[in-house]
Amino acid sequence: MLRLENISWSTPDGVGVLKNLNLTIPDGKLVVITGPNGGGKTTLAKIIAGIYRQDSGKIYLDNQDITDIDITERAKMGISFAFQQPVRFKGITVQKLMELAAGKKLERDVLCDILSKVGLCAGEYVDREVNATLSGGEIKRIEIATVLARHTKLTVFDEPEAGIDLWSFTNLIHTFEEMRQKIDGTIMIISHQERILRIADEIAVVADGKIASSGPAEEMMEKLAQNSGMMGRCSKQEALF
Amino acid sequence: MKEITKDLLKEISEWNGEFKGAYNIREDGACVGRVSSKNIRIESKKDQPGLEIFIAANTKGETVSIPACVTHGDVDDLVYNDFYVGENADVIIVAGCGIHTETGEPARHNGIHRFILGKNSKVKYLEKHIGTGHGTGLRSIDPVTEAELDENAVLEMDTAQIGGVDRTTRNTSAKLGAGAKLLIRERILTEKEQTAKTEFRVELNGKDSGVDLISRSVARDHSHQGYHSVIIGNAPCTGHSECDAIISENGKVDAAPELHARDNDAALIHEAAIGKIAGEQILKLRTLGLTEEEAEATIIDGFLS
Repeated sequence: MLRLENISWSTPDGVGVLKNLNLTIPDGKLVVITGPNGGGKTTLAKIIAGIYRQDSGKIYLDNQDITDIDITERAKMGISFAFQQPVRFKGITVQKLMELAAGKKLERDVLCDILSKVGLCAGEYVDREVNATLSGGEIKRIEIATVLARHTKLTVFDEPEAGIDLWSFTNLIHTFEEMRQKIDGTIMIISHQERILRIADEIAVVADGKIASSGPAEEMMEKLAQNSGMMGRCSKQEALF
Repeated sequence: MKEITKDLLKEISEWNGEFKGAYNIREDGACVGRVSSKNIRIESKKDQPGLEIFIAANTKGETVSIPACVTHGDVDDLVYNDFYVGENADVIIVAGCGIHTETGEPARHNGIHRFILGKNSKVKYLEKHIGTGHGTGLRSIDPVTEAELDENAVLEMDTAQIGGVDRTTRNTSAKLGAGAKLLIRERILTEKEQTAKTEFRVELNGKDSGVDLISRSVARDHSHQGYHSVIIGNAPCTGHSECDAIISENGKVDAAPELHARDNDAALIHEAAIGKIAGEQILKLRTLGLTEEEAEATIIDGFLS
């Protein structure tokens, strides 16, 4: 279980992004964090991974205080993070990156299993460099594959739908559905997409640096549909419905 | 052959007690082993130090290795090696140089290689340079490579200098005939107070000739690297040069790619990028469980691989 208590974070020039945010992510659930752009969703995800350091507040993973633990140690403790804008590496192949993620050598059939989950054929990709020759959709799928390869207790996806085409998106939904069915860890997805919201166990709306509303997905979907005020704050409403 | 030479050979060539195919091993300016094959003849030059290597037309799949090792200080080795590659041959040439010194005296190897590639021939040239030993004497390697490619010949050069060489000046020049292709992939790592200067000059003289020149370098500590490439398109041709450099600590890199189009159908491109390792790259690898130091080493290893 991940618990965030009174998390606040401001930009270097002093603009408050997260304001005493409290959130609990239970074990074994698929939790979607949604809300308007600029509301603090990505900041929240980066604070969980340790990429940003909160100004105040506490973070607990399985009741262990991880507030002062750095990115590397959090990763080793079982937190994975899929970047919204994946990073490219000249000279590092897809296979090498996947092996770094898994922390061990990977046989071709294992690589094939993981890459096929994000719609890529291992034979075409393992030897390719994770560089600018990959399209936006390809690099995004590889980014998601790196966290799948880690298979950790908490996986955070920051807007996995951003920058991928419709065909890949459909596959991505299937991947999340599959992860949800045989869930052996917690999945947290930052998303605006209705189809991702629909596969959630729980939904939390982050707006103006706080949790505006949260609860079981079914309940929250109804609220989101009915509460025009809440929907009005979602800048990507068209993406939701 | 000295033990140091054996150690250097393992590093600079795939030597595991023996070479596959024809070879000549040079140790401190002298030959300590030579074997020719039916199709590849190695002979000593008569007028100057070095070799003449004759690769018969239509030779396929053979390898010739000509490593040079300097095992102590106070050696200034100069060698001229000429390769004559027959028409339609398809071979691998493994060069490479290792310099070892345990004293304060300098050790230098200057290898001047000339390649004459016949029509439709194909050569893969592998060259690895290293410096070893605890001596304070400067280790210098100054290779000069000159290539002439006849119609549809292909020369693929894969060169690496990954550490230990204090001073290097690399000069590579080539003239390409119709349909000939030159592919160069160079990797250089400098550390401490080392300097490396690399110069390329490629003349694309024949129709549909092409060059793809990729240089990747890492300059660490107080080291300094300079890259200068000149591609001259004298015919309908394609040319591409790419110089990518990572700088860390107080490393310095100068990059100056030059293009000269002398034909309306010459298509020439250059790219040069210099910068430190992107912070996001380090962050990504840390989210996979690597420490900052491990992430940096992984990025540099990959970049120079």
